[in-house]
Order: sequence, then C-alpha cells, then structure tokens
Amino acid sequence: MSVDADTVRRIAQLARIAVADDEVEHLREELNAILAFVEQLSEVNVDGVEPMTSVIPMQMKKRADVVSDGGIADEVLKNAPAVEDHFFAVPKVVE
Amino acid sequence: MTDLTSLTLADARDRLRRREFSAAELADAHLAAMEKARALNAYVLETPDRASAMAQAADARLKAGDARPLEGLALGVKDTFATKDVRTTAGSRILDDFLPSYESTVSANLWRDGAVMLGKLNNDEFAMGSSNETSFFGPTISPWRRKGANTPLVPGGSSGGSAAGVAAGLCLGAIGTDTGGSIRQPAAFTGIVGIKPTYGRCSRWGIVAFASSLDQAGPLARTVRDAAILLTSMAGHDAKDTTSVDRPVPDYEAAIGKSIKGMKIGIPKEYRVEGMATEIEKLWERAAQWLKAAGAEIVPVSLPHTKYALPAYYIVAPAEASSNLARYDGVRYGLRVPGRDVADMYENTRAAGFGKEVRRRIMIGTYVLSAGYYDAYYLRAQKVRTLIKRDFEEVFAAGVDAILAPATPSAAFGIAEKGGGDPVEMYLNDVFTVPVNLAGLPGISVPGGLSADGLPLGLQLIGRPFGEETLFSLAHVMEQAAGHFSPQRWW
Repeated sequence: MSVDADTVRRIAQLARIAVADDEVEHLREELNAILAFVEQLSEVNVDGVEPMTSVIPMQMKKRADVVSDGGIADEVLKNAPAVEDHFFAVPKVVE
Repeated sequence: MTDLTSLTLADARDRLRRREFSAAELADAHLAAMEKARALNAYVLETPDRASAMAQAADARLKAGDARPLEGLALGVKDTFATKDVRTTAGSRILDDFLPSYESTVSANLWRDGAVMLGKLNNDEFAMGSSNETSFFGPTISPWRRKGANTPLVPGGSSGGSAAGVAAGLCLGAIGTDTGGSIRQPAAFTGIVGIKPTYGRCSRWGIVAFASSLDQAGPLARTVRDAAILLTSMAGHDAKDTTSVDRPVPDYEAAIGKSIKGMKIGIPKEYRVEGMATEIEKLWERAAQWLKAAGAEIVPVSLPHTKYALPAYYIVAPAEASSNLARYDGVRYGLRVPGRDVADMYENTRAAGFGKEVRRRIMIGTYVLSAGYYDAYYLRAQKVRTLIKRDFEEVFAAGVDAILAPATPSAAFGIAEKGGGDPVEMYLNDVFTVPVNLAGLPGISVPGGLSADGLPLGLQLIGRPFGEETLFSLAHVMEQAAGHFSPQRWW
C-alpha cells in the first residue's frame, strides 16, 4: 500500500499539520518507505486472534463519582498564550 | 577527597549516611562536572539553585539520623517528566517554556525519598528516536569515542541525555522512559545499566505521553544495584494512572546477590538476525556461559513472531502518538503561531512546533487509524501484538525464568551517520527491544563488553510480568563476570 500526493495532503489536514507544497513529495516518499516496511504484517495468519486491548490483564478501575479536585483556574491558565476572563482566547472559529 | 561523581549511587548513599561528606558537597561536585561537560549537551536545563536547596534539606535529615532511601542523592530527570515549576519540553519546540504546575508521580517519588534534582536531561523529541538526534535542543554527544578517533557518537535514544549523563558522571543516576527501547538501547550504547519494568509497575501520570500502551518509566544507573535502588523508589500504584498496578513494591536491592542456581534461561533463536555483528553474537554466547557457570540452565527457545514486532510497533506506536499529540494545538500551553482562524493556527503551530520525525510518525499514525485503513493496519497490528505476547507466554509457561538476548544490533554509531535518507534505517536499532514493550514485559540492559573499536556492547534480559527481582539477580551475575566500563574523558 502506498500513498499519493493527494493522500499526503489529506492526512496532513486530518493531523492539522500544515505541509508546504514543496514538502509533499519528500514526505510522500518517507511515508511510503515506512508503509512498505510494515507491509510484511500481511504475511501473518491472524485468523481467530483477538486484538490486544490490555497490556497486562486488568479490570478498568473506577472511582466514586465525587468532585475531588478543581478551583485552580489560574493554574490551568498559567501557560496559556492568550487568556481573557478565565477563558483561553483563540482566533475566530470559521464554520 | 574522592571524586564524588565517580561513586556508585549505593556507595554515595552509604557514605552520606556515615557523614563522610555532605549532600551539599555531593551536589556541588556534580554541578561542577556538569559545567565542564556542556559539550555533551546532556542537560537541557540545569537546576543548581534547586539542587542546592534540596541538598541542604537532605543534610538536615542526614544530620538528624532521619535519612530516607535516596536522601541527598544527586539525580537527573529526562525532560519527558513534568517537574513542578521547572521547564518541561519533552525535547520539543512545541512545548516552548511550559512550566508544569504539577509533578509527575515517578519524579515526586524520588523527591519523597529525599533525592536531589540536578536538572532535566536531553531526549529525542517526544521520545521518538534512537539516537537523541531529533531533540529540538540538538543532539547529545556520547561520552564514548571509538579507539583512536574523535568522531562524535550518538549516546542512543530516546533517553540519550540520561544515558550520557550517567556514563559521564554528571549524575549518580537518572530516570528515563522506554516505549520501544529508549532506556535499554542508550544504556547499552553507553555501557551502563537500564531497566524498563513491567507495564504498570510505575505510574505514567505526569509523563509526556507518546504511546500510552507502551510507555514506561525506568532508571538508568552505573550498576545493577543502583538501578534496583532507584526502581524501588520509582515504582508503585498510583490512583491517577488506572494502568498502574496495585501490587506491593519489593525491596529490589535485596535481589542483588541472590542465587540463580536452577534458573532456566532461554536463548531465542529468532534474535540471531542476519547481518548481526559477530562480536555481538560471541558476547551473547559468553554471557550464556557466565549464567551457566553460576548454576543456571541454558535452553534454546523460539519466539516465532519476533520479526513482526518492529513493523507492528511502527503501526501501533505512531497511531497512539497521533492521538496523544493532538493536544498540542497552541490553545492552552506552549508555542502558538498565529493564523487567519483557529484551524489555520492549529496547522501553523503544529508545523512549526513539531520536528520532522514527530511529524512523520503523527502522519503514519493518522493514516493507519483513518477510515478504510484501520482494519488493514491498526487492527491487524494489534492482533500481531497478541501473537507476540503469546510467544513469550508460552516460553515462560514452559518453565523459562528469563530470556537472554543482545540489547542492540550494533555499537553506537556516529552523529548524522544514520537515518538520513531512509527513516526505517534508524528504526532497525530497536529490533531487540521493541518486542518487550509490545508484550508489556520487563527488560534490563547490562553492559557485557567492549567492541573491537572500544565501544560498549550491552546484553538484555527479558523477564516474566513483575519478574524484576529475577532480572536484577541475573543481571548482577552478568555484571560480576563482565566488569564495569567507563568512557575516557574527552571533554
């Protein structure tokens, strides 16, 4: 399986990473090198094999549904590039 | 006075308690060594004021006879651990001057036990790499050089700064993370000990996430005993990480010196790969003999799906990374590059903030998870992962206590020597380490000898889930036989 330039652009868009036009070809080659490498997995017989969903056998731990943290808005905003009134400020969202 | 930076961590601990020198002197000796070693670029941030304050507090406790397990011991922290009020970057531009308002559980455990923080150690960006060359702060240079040459060498990665720091005497020990070999491989390249414990042994809370089903914290140190001491402090259940296990932490140091008589050691035939250096094969055979001489039984075993571990990893890890790195969007922390609108801002920020390797992996991950490809790639890789884990389970069920294998297919290579044209070339460094992360097992890297070029070669022991004590006992036997290796100071 290999990707073409349009697919590279589509993946970049899904990943929200800007890719310049002059980078597309080089990126395409690199991604294809990796995809060629992982292609060998298609040799494996995986009939009846369950995908691994837990590394170590364990039950998902739960906790009581109570508020145990919070009230630290200033700390949460401490590293923000732009803040307004305890909100993160961002450029306009275009629909 | 003894060069305090050449002591083992265990020795420093014991001498501090006997008040042969103070924690302040110990910290100062390391800070001075760090200053002289800046050419290595092992530390991305030195924290001398904090180190002095912590050492002062340690001295008060030592004087009062109230020493905690790591009291006064000077350590380095890989920059993938969030350290409260101390810049944390994960080796990336995108976190910019991020100052965590919280401490990772594993590093908090070190400070709880009285250790002293010297600074943050360099690593490949977001822990993605095997040479420390993808760091935004530039490569770390290995304290080792080939005999008769001064080519700068890689320390390995992603915990390259940690490994170089420990090997060069810039800290008594360090904490690192290992997702595909990032503790074990640099430990092997720099002639020190590194262990990745069983998945779930240490908490991942506060560690900058790369691949959540593979990441695990672990110690790097100059001796097996030192690594055991550190792991005892690092490990333990954490309610904030539901993948951490609720299992008591043994005193790992007690495993040092325990007899290995009767232990069954498996030699996996599939780890003898084509093109492997003869000297590594010979070292592997020698190590088996060391264990046999100490009473272990050597048995051939088979891990049939070994060759599929690396391709499976390069689907699963990037897929998880693409999800984990989606949070770096310029909104709440780190770098923000302006845009026409918010979508443009995301794209510009991430393009400017991520390096080439990280971008490659996010894109592969995005692709293999995307509609139409999920089954063929990600789901299939997760099934292969089950088979890889099953291979190990069957070997252990047959009575094998640990598996002996090389840690890396070669000794350290030169800076800029690999991965230029073909990204896969660099990935092949992880061929022996990656299966262990996929299976969630513990693995330790122990120095076994030097190459003809005078560079360290490491051996790896892979254990049963939560079999770290067995690994420490075996590793200690190997260490006794192999000896210790220190680089000659070129800086």
